[in-house]
Amino acid sequence: MLRTFTCIMCPQGCDITAELAESGKEKQRDGSGNGPVIQTVSGNRCRRGLEYVTQEIENPMRNIATSVLVDGGELPLASVRLTRPIPKCRIFDVMEEIKKVRRTAPVREGQVVIADVLGLGSDVIITKTVEKQSRLEEE
Amino acid sequence: MREGYEKEGCGMQKADVVIIGGGPAGLAAAIALYKKGVTDIRILEREKKLGGILRQCIHDGFGLTRFGETLSGPEYASRFVRQAEELAIPYMTDTTVLEIEPAAGDMPLHRVYASSAAEGFVEIQAKAVILAMGCRERTRGAISIPGTRPAGVYTAGVAQAYMNLKNKMVGKEVVILGSGDIGMIMARRMTLEGAHVLGVFEIQPYASGLPRNIEQCLNDYQIPLHLSHSVTEIKGVDRLESVVISQVDEKLAPIPGTEKEYPCDTLILSVGLIPENELTWMAGAKQDEGTKGAAVDEYFQTTVPGIFAAGNVLHVHDLVDFVSMEAESLAEGAARYVKEGSLPECRLPVTGDEMVGQLVPERISGQSDVTISFRVRRPLKGCAVEIRQGADVIVKRKLPKALPAEMIQITLKAEQLNDRENLEVKVVC
Amino acid sequence: MERFDVIVIGAGVVGSAVARELSRYQLKIGVLEKELDVACGNSSRNTGMLHAGFTYKPGSLKAECAVEGNKEFDQVAAELGVPFRRTGKLVVGFTDQDRENILKYKAIGETNGVEGMRMIGKEEIAAIDPNAGGEFAMYVPSSGILDPMQYTIALAENACRNGAVFRFGQRVTGITRNAVENIYTVETDTDRFEAKWLINCAGMYASQISAMLGYPDYPVKGFKGEYYVLDKKAGAYLSIPVYPAPNEKGGFSTHATPTIDGNVLVGPDSYLTDGLEDYKVTKEHMDGLFADGRKMFKQMKREYFIRNFAGIRWKRYDPETGEILEFKLEADEEHPNTVNLVGIESPGVTCALPLARRAAAKLVEKEHPEKNPDFDPVRPVRKRFYEMNHEERKKAIAENPWYGEIVCRCETVTRAEILAAIHNPLGVHTVTGIKNRTRATMGRCQGGYCETRITEMIEEELGIRPEEVRYSKKDSYMFTGNVRDAR
Repeated sequence: MLRTFTCIMCPQGCDITAELAESGKEKQRDGSGNGPVIQTVSGNRCRRGLEYVTQEIENPMRNIATSVLVDGGELPLASVRLTRPIPKCRIFDVMEEIKKVRRTAPVREGQVVIADVLGLGSDVIITKTVEKQSRLEEE
Repeated sequence: MREGYEKEGCGMQKADVVIIGGGPAGLAAAIALYKKGVTDIRILEREKKLGGILRQCIHDGFGLTRFGETLSGPEYASRFVRQAEELAIPYMTDTTVLEIEPAAGDMPLHRVYASSAAEGFVEIQAKAVILAMGCRERTRGAISIPGTRPAGVYTAGVAQAYMNLKNKMVGKEVVILGSGDIGMIMARRMTLEGAHVLGVFEIQPYASGLPRNIEQCLNDYQIPLHLSHSVTEIKGVDRLESVVISQVDEKLAPIPGTEKEYPCDTLILSVGLIPENELTWMAGAKQDEGTKGAAVDEYFQTTVPGIFAAGNVLHVHDLVDFVSMEAESLAEGAARYVKEGSLPECRLPVTGDEMVGQLVPERISGQSDVTISFRVRRPLKGCAVEIRQGADVIVKRKLPKALPAEMIQITLKAEQLNDRENLEVKVVC
Repeated sequence: MERFDVIVIGAGVVGSAVARELSRYQLKIGVLEKELDVACGNSSRNTGMLHAGFTYKPGSLKAECAVEGNKEFDQVAAELGVPFRRTGKLVVGFTDQDRENILKYKAIGETNGVEGMRMIGKEEIAAIDPNAGGEFAMYVPSSGILDPMQYTIALAENACRNGAVFRFGQRVTGITRNAVENIYTVETDTDRFEAKWLINCAGMYASQISAMLGYPDYPVKGFKGEYYVLDKKAGAYLSIPVYPAPNEKGGFSTHATPTIDGNVLVGPDSYLTDGLEDYKVTKEHMDGLFADGRKMFKQMKREYFIRNFAGIRWKRYDPETGEILEFKLEADEEHPNTVNLVGIESPGVTCALPLARRAAAKLVEKEHPEKNPDFDPVRPVRKRFYEMNHEERKKAIAENPWYGEIVCRCETVTRAEILAAIHNPLGVHTVTGIKNRTRATMGRCQGGYCETRITEMIEEELGIRPEEVRYSKKDSYMFTGNVRDAR
């Protein structure tokens, strides 16, 4: 069976074609278990293309970026991302966790706001420093 | 506002270089100039903070080329901001440049006039001015979408600023017109925040954004991408109620009978970016018809000596990494200009054939290394690009797959070039 | 329930002018407007010409008011701080037929009292504007360009300053009269008002109000026209309105007009519509304007497109003959204490004050109200930052630092000016209202840079939530809420 992929590992976006064979075992919903087995891969311009296809077949992983509420800051929100990709099927679960976060300014770039979110091995970190709103602006 | 520079007289300052715009281009230029020994710099930024548009681009995917790792927009920007602060490069935020008066016979310095609540009306005289104002979005008016004028029609960048900077949700049922990268990124962003994106509609038969964004912003969230479709009517009086979408033919004209109405409360436009060049023209620089930015030589110098441009103000880039890198190479020429008072003449025009667009630079000397940037005008497979001077093919590079969304850069070495013949960029299929 | 001496229905240019003229007297004046601002209909949806009056039937109210309104406008503009320039107009021709038509209207103009019109040749055309075409032309020195939105705002603000009260978001749904108490009750969709006098200035809804007052439900026909607004870059090529020779009926085909702010309008075309507020723009007509506009104005390029809009001239007509009828201004004893204005269309902006004086006179003749001793015809305006020179800018920022913060980059509008607009005397709080008062968002980026700031300022200044911000109309919400709710 041939399957095509658009690699998302870098902006090149290689069109990759993979020849797959059935492993016989159904892939589980949580991403465990074996899906199809890769026979050959073509179209990728670097090694990461193969890594991407492998991951896509076994358990697609994604990073997400969103925002958390900041009280008393120069901005109402601080942007966040994950330190490592999480299974694609858990994106909305993680979003729900992030929505609960509320911090008081200042928050700093790199600061962890949720460690090991939902036990997925990834931290939610601040990507933009938000300083306290200066007194001048409050007036 | 930073300390660290002397004010001369009432609101008048002098500097070697004024940089207009503290985004990725301006910051990279400033840092590179400083490292080359040009330290008397002023960065003028109209926002409250340095960083430019990246501050609202909270998604990741920046920096792979420049830093070898993938960062969010704010993180990418802060790397440059931190460096600029460590070097104590003076900058003024909340400061909008209103006017550039180019140097003239009896006035050897360029004059930059800016306005700020904290500093008042400021005049800075400088040997060199670097234009790094970035770009703006094309609007509904620019593409003449028929219909009424309700609330709920936003450009993608405005929607992004509302959501990521101002904490405001712009709508719930969303149609996106145009498959630019920001449009696709906003499709994902709005979906993550609970909106329902009905689809992305693109008038061209190919996507205008990067393939990876089709994959990770649309396909991942089951958002359909409809090529060769466009919005042919906007409906609603107070708030947007629906849009009519039609299929278009190969001339991009709507095909009668294909109209389909999509009820929605929000229309996001991602229909292209335009270099923000009002100050450039005020300074008297000539426009390049291809890029709509300034015509520049291989030093990124405009037709006005001592006024330089790089980044999205010059031509729209698909990756910020290339914006920074272009500004860094601009710094080489600008530093030399500041030290020597002029740059070698560039007399050889660079031209492209009908398949080549967004060609930069507009002219070269033929005596130095130079990087040629361009885009193909439509998607191509199995073609090649040839760069010639007269009968000589200097470089031939295969293009297994080329998209208008992707800028192509080819670097030529001085020893490959002569200083007599025009440079031609041709696509051969 | 609020009670007034007189209620003006409609806050377009005519209603606002009526309110302003009435405010010369000691009267309690109320203006009811269904929208959230003045000039939301055709008062602002036009070319912004101060017409000279050479195409209107001699002896008509329209001709009389146009010539009168034209002559006094320098003083009006100075009093009210309205951006205005007496540019003159060129009506250009190529053929003998063109010359015949032009001369016909020159004669009409002279009968109407239009001064200074003269035929000129190619050389003089070139001297007036080298970009104007034509073998010959009629030069009309008294034509001018103004900002009709600013004019209406100015009239309304001046009325307000002199005591008139504006009530927005009040759509009139019914009118009843208590003959014993000599009082009218006006029902709106949300409130109820009382007044002794009613003046109908309802524009496209004037026939409906006319019927509510007991006058005829005058049949009107909507002549819709679409426009392109071009970038100020195109404005550099056009210094004076250049019109093609009129057809036999005095109609002009698509033309290009400079605006007082330096943009160019291409249009209007003309076609019939039934929709009282059918302001949608259509592909068919945009394509037509593009093709026709290019003939008259060589700089009609796509890269200059900023925006499209449409306006409708609601003309009265005779259903028997189809003949187009002129302005109606009436007041009679069968309909006591009312003034009815119907079919006020182009040149309504030019005619607004003359019509208002005639309308106000009906009340004054009967009621003999005392003069308002505090009446001040002058509306003080500050010079726009955009128009200031370096020294003036320095001074403005020194006095008020917010003049130093540029909110709208394309039109160079400062925070000080946006703040003043948010706190406008009429209490208008829509984004469009701020735009119309300052020109912020009207430039080439159409708010891409400043709209996020303006909405934030509206919220901060008025202490309202994002979902309460309105773009233009009652239900034109801009935000569905916060991304992250702090409440």
